[in-house]
Amino acid sequence: MRATLHSALRKESTIDCGARLITPGPAPAASLAAPETGAEAGGHFSLRLRRYYLWFTAGFLLFVLLLGLGERMGLPRVLIGYTFLFATIGLYAGIGIMSRTTDAAEYYVAGRRVPAFFNGMATGADWMSAASFIGLAGSLYLLGFDGLAFVLGWTGGYCLVALLIAPYLRKFGQFTIPDFIGARYGGDLARAIAMVAAITCSFVYVVAQIYGVGLITTHLTNVDFSYGVFLGLAGILVCSFLGGMRAVTWTQVAQCIILLIAYLIPVAWLGLQYTNSPLPQLAYGSVLERLAEREQQLAQDPRERAVREIFLQRAAAADARIAGLPASWQQGPMAARKNIEDLKARRAPLLEVRAAERTLAQYPASPEEARRAWQQEAASYSERGRPLMPHAEPFWSGETDPARAEQERSTKRWNFLALVFCLMAGTAGLPHVLMRSYTTPTVHQARRSMFWSLFFILLLYLSAPALAVLVKFDIYTAVVGKHFSDLPAWVAAWSRIDPAFLRVDDVNHDGIVQLAEMQVGPDIVVLATPEIAGLPYVITGLVAAGGLAAALSTADGLLLTIANALSHDLYFKMINKRASPARRVTMAKVLLLLVALVAAFVSLMRPGDIVSLVGLAFSLAAASLFPALVIGVFWRRANRWGAIAGMLTGFGVCLYYIATRYPFFQSTLGLDPENWQPWFGIEPISSGVFAVPLGFAALIVVSLLTPRPDADSENLVDFVRMPDPKEDANLVSMRNR
Amino acid sequence: MVGDSPQRRYWVQTCRLTAVLLVIWFLVTFVGAFFARSLNFTFLGWPFSFYMAAQGSLLIYLLIVYLYARRQRARDIAFGVAEGEHD
Repeated sequence: MRATLHSALRKESTIDCGARLITPGPAPAASLAAPETGAEAGGHFSLRLRRYYLWFTAGFLLFVLLLGLGERMGLPRVLIGYTFLFATIGLYAGIGIMSRTTDAAEYYVAGRRVPAFFNGMATGADWMSAASFIGLAGSLYLLGFDGLAFVLGWTGGYCLVALLIAPYLRKFGQFTIPDFIGARYGGDLARAIAMVAAITCSFVYVVAQIYGVGLITTHLTNVDFSYGVFLGLAGILVCSFLGGMRAVTWTQVAQCIILLIAYLIPVAWLGLQYTNSPLPQLAYGSVLERLAEREQQLAQDPRERAVREIFLQRAAAADARIAGLPASWQQGPMAARKNIEDLKARRAPLLEVRAAERTLAQYPASPEEARRAWQQEAASYSERGRPLMPHAEPFWSGETDPARAEQERSTKRWNFLALVFCLMAGTAGLPHVLMRSYTTPTVHQARRSMFWSLFFILLLYLSAPALAVLVKFDIYTAVVGKHFSDLPAWVAAWSRIDPAFLRVDDVNHDGIVQLAEMQVGPDIVVLATPEIAGLPYVITGLVAAGGLAAALSTADGLLLTIANALSHDLYFKMINKRASPARRVTMAKVLLLLVALVAAFVSLMRPGDIVSLVGLAFSLAAASLFPALVIGVFWRRANRWGAIAGMLTGFGVCLYYIATRYPFFQSTLGLDPENWQPWFGIEPISSGVFAVPLGFAALIVVSLLTPRPDADSENLVDFVRMPDPKEDANLVSMRNR
Repeated sequence: MVGDSPQRRYWVQTCRLTAVLLVIWFLVTFVGAFFARSLNFTFLGWPFSFYMAAQGSLLIYLLIVYLYARRQRARDIAFGVAEGEHD
């Protein structure tokens, strides 16, 4: 058997008490005895943790309450924002400092004694990112039924993790995901490929999280975006830098509590208003019904139709200009100047004149640029001119022509299924979540921890669709149809912050808001909920703190994954096999700092499409790691060459499809979208739907064409398939082998 | 791991449970979503397919993971390989 397995943990990996990180200072004797006496002491540890986090939750609620009282007594909003920001980041840093460690087992896998319940919470926080917390409800608002692909994919993936991967990884009991690939298939090449795949998808993901941290900090305190990024980064680093997985675990539990409180309070409040129940998750069916009635009403409304007609005309005008290139480009500036003069002549509102002047200032510099700009303009206008989408209708099409409508519905259906598949398989391939199954004491606890993490994730994922429906109903009834002068205060407030959040233009100049005149950004749905529900500002601060917790916890886990892959798999396993554990931990810390800085630097460049790039990370993880992990356990005949071929095929096909079909890369590579149509109309975000089966196929075919794996690999397969009570919690037996 | 060893039996039973649960998972997720437009009857006051995608399937996933942990625990005990537990 490979050395990796048998020399699992060295002497240094002391299994000292976990309580020490909770109560710094001399540890009580009972918890010190944890590894030896097993059950009883472990129970104490779990009880102690429960008591501790119960106090923490109560304390946090009290803190919010006190701030609320402060607001009543005239505490300025900016101060509330700063208090939330510094109190929560300070808290995370505090936990990080209390859990600091230089021990390898502690640093990499939190000493493997996180009880299932808490490991579930930590996994939940690890999993729920800024995209889940802020973006999900907004996407559901905009996409209706089709957005539920994210809800299904990001929860159903846990079935795959829990049934196919987590228990076996726990039994394997090492440190990283490439560890498993390396030990199962043997050889540095397989390990190296797994490492590159793990780092690539985690890095894309972490950049998005740090970007989210910057946005939220800016929103909370009005500081500059770059300061926001570095402030958040400091919070991430203090925690993971000092204590590695151990600190990250206990911080993530706290973050999980904060983010759930922050999400559920406003939802409950809004639910109380519309369903007379603080649990709208159970009761929003009635609102959905009323929403459908209102949608029908709006669809018939002549004013709505008139606005849509205007947009269609504008789209047609843009199309005409494109057809008239290059002459139309030359005439453009003249027409724009005339437009401004006309507006001034009829004393149009200043805002309109400004807008017209902006149009002139931003006039395309060349006919090619004009073509691109006008194409976008036409697309966005015809999008806004489409009829109203019914929220609950699956795979809806706005086409009037039956044949084209049917085709669009079919494309949407296949894209829905493909996206669900990729997100699920991606969940089961993303290393930062899988790594968390190493941290439980036993295989059984790893299985139970999967149940608890899905439980906590569902608290948020069952609420997001409810929130989307409630906010939509509110907007459709309390904003649409109202006069511009008596809109709720939050509408003006949010459109002033950034038109990307919310924008309302009186397109048909009737002084009344039509639904078609509103442009709702996905982020506003969650961020503005407290104000929509009429809650005090302190809850707005709470929501922002929750979003921050979600982004920070995910960023923590991802950074750790990347740094560990580099320090453990690259440095220790391939470069310097005799490095002492202390040296490895130091190396991990230095790398963590470097990776964090690079990620912050990349997110400072504000890569526009970063949020959609997160979706690509799932396809990459699904295609490169998922097949090798699953087959590694379930098919003993799989061998090294098969695994290498499978990972390379999956990774390669995925990258190829993304690079040639994704608009951003198409324009970077200078590819003409006409010649690079998607296969079967599948969006590049779901490239995994091709790459995963091809990866599996390559793995199987190449394995069968090459010799059987050696005895070591087969022994490892037997080893991971069944728990062994002699090697449980304390790992003492493993160390002594 | 040959013939009828306990290890072999443990593994075969585990695979059977895994397969059954994954078939349920597949039916709920993909078959359900594929026929989403046809399944448009009202269910407890909700459009059925919307309810399933927003709530029903999620609860079934939770049940799947729960049942798996429970049955595997029972199997561990039956085969005498249950690890010392704390809670």
